[in-house]
Parts: sequence; structure tokens; C-alpha cells
Amino acid sequence: MSTASMEAALLLAGILFMLGLLSVLIRRNIIFMLISVEIMLNAAGLAFIVAGTRWVQPDGQVMFIFILTMAAAEVSVGLALIMQIYHQLKTLDSDAANVMKG
Amino acid sequence: MELTFYIAAAVAILSTIMVITRYNMIHALLYLVVSFMSVSVVFFTLGAPFMAALEIIIYAGAIVVLIIFVIMMLNMTKEDIQREKEWLKPSVWVGPAMLSAILLAELVHILTTSNPAQTEALVAVDAKLVGLALFGPYLLGVQLCGILLMAGIVGAYHLGRQKKKVIHRFLQERSAAA
Repeated sequence: MSTASMEAALLLAGILFMLGLLSVLIRRNIIFMLISVEIMLNAAGLAFIVAGTRWVQPDGQVMFIFILTMAAAEVSVGLALIMQIYHQLKTLDSDAANVMKG
Repeated sequence: MELTFYIAAAVAILSTIMVITRYNMIHALLYLVVSFMSVSVVFFTLGAPFMAALEIIIYAGAIVVLIIFVIMMLNMTKEDIQREKEWLKPSVWVGPAMLSAILLAELVHILTTSNPAQTEALVAVDAKLVGLALFGPYLLGVQLCGILLMAGIVGAYHLGRQKKKVIHRFLQERSAAA
């Protein structure tokens, strides 16, 4: 792989991460915030794959598998929390959930 | 291969922008599927075909479908989409967008001015090497992943269970009898 391609791939990972971060910052809907976290995790995994390809080592892909596992566990627990919040507060507004005592 | 990479990268960025600007959650999730698929094409061009398959199966196949099912259970209406439109005013997103753009510009600056490494040919890291690494030096990590998934299952079951709200204990007896 040429170095220009590697830098372009890292740049793509950076742009995707930035878009996910921006979406976490500007959205108030809690499901959209969860989706944005998924975008950011995906971008981090892309950076790992690029690094693994650059140095021809399998470690990057191993880390991507770990990130995938973590994202799956995270989204299941997060969705359960979202459903619990929706049943308690009847809204998906993340600002409504600023008090611990539901 | 080079051109494929750039096209897939452009599709990934465009579809991700569409994800974060939609008002309807289902539309955003469909664009998210497109984004994950184009990232998987990027993985394929980078020489990681097994990871490309995993990306489609787990991200686009499992995680997005899970979120879609939860959205279907929440019964979103037209008013929710309207409220989403009110929440996403320009005064809300201009400040964070500018700060994120500054961070991205710094990242671009660092990546473009770093010392260039020597050019190499594309060497694919095939799945056999990944499997040998997973069940060799990373064996403990695999087991920890199993424990994490178990914790995820138990946590999702415990948090997702809906307790029946009882207003008074007489009503509780009646509802138990009925």
C-alpha cells in the first residue's frame, strides 16, 4: 500500500470520528447519541485496520474484533437503558434524564 | 484498487453526514447501513477481507437491526420528528461544528506534515494469521471478550425487564387475581 493511501485512510478514520463526535455534541435524542458512539467506534476500528495493514501485522485486526465485541455488548446494554428511560420519563430527550432519582 | 478506495471513502463520509443530519431515526439508520457497507469496502481494499465480512455481519446485520427493533417498540410519531427538527437549530450545531472542524484541521495538519515513510506494496493480512494471533498471544483477550458478552447479556436482561407498576396494594391483589 502506498503511503498516500495510508494517510488517506487515516484521514478517513479521522473524519468519521469527527462526524460522530459532532453528532454526540449536537443531538439531544438519546438514540442518535448511541448511533454516534457506534460511528466513532467504527472509525477507531478503521484506524486499527489501517495500522495493521501498514506494518503487515495481524494485531490491528485482532483489536478490531475486540472493538466489535465491545460495541455489540455496549449497544445491547445501552438500548436496554434507553428503553428503561423511555418507560420512566416518556421521552427520548437526554436532558430530561439529568436527575438520578427516576 | 486505489480508485475503489477513494470512491468508498467518499460514500462513507457522505452517508455519515446524512446520518447525523436526519430528523427521522429510521432514515438515519438506513444511511448508517450504507456507511458501514462503504467502510467494509475500505477494509477490503486495505487487504482485510475477513474484517469486511465481519463489519457487514455484525455492524450492519446485528447492531443496526437491534436499534431498529427498539425504535419500532418506542412508537415514534410525526410530532417526535417535528421536535427533532426544533432541537437541531443552527444555533445549536454551529459552535460544536466549528470546534470539531478545528480539531480535524489539526489532525490533517499532523498527518500531512509528518515525515513520509517508504512506499510499500499492498500486502494482505489474511484471516489465518489473525486466527493464530487470536488464539495465541491474545487468548486472554478472547476470554475477556467472552466475559464481556456474558455481562452484556445479563445486564441487558436485567435492565430491559419491565416491572409492572402497582398503584395500591388492593389493586395489586386484584391484578394478581385477574
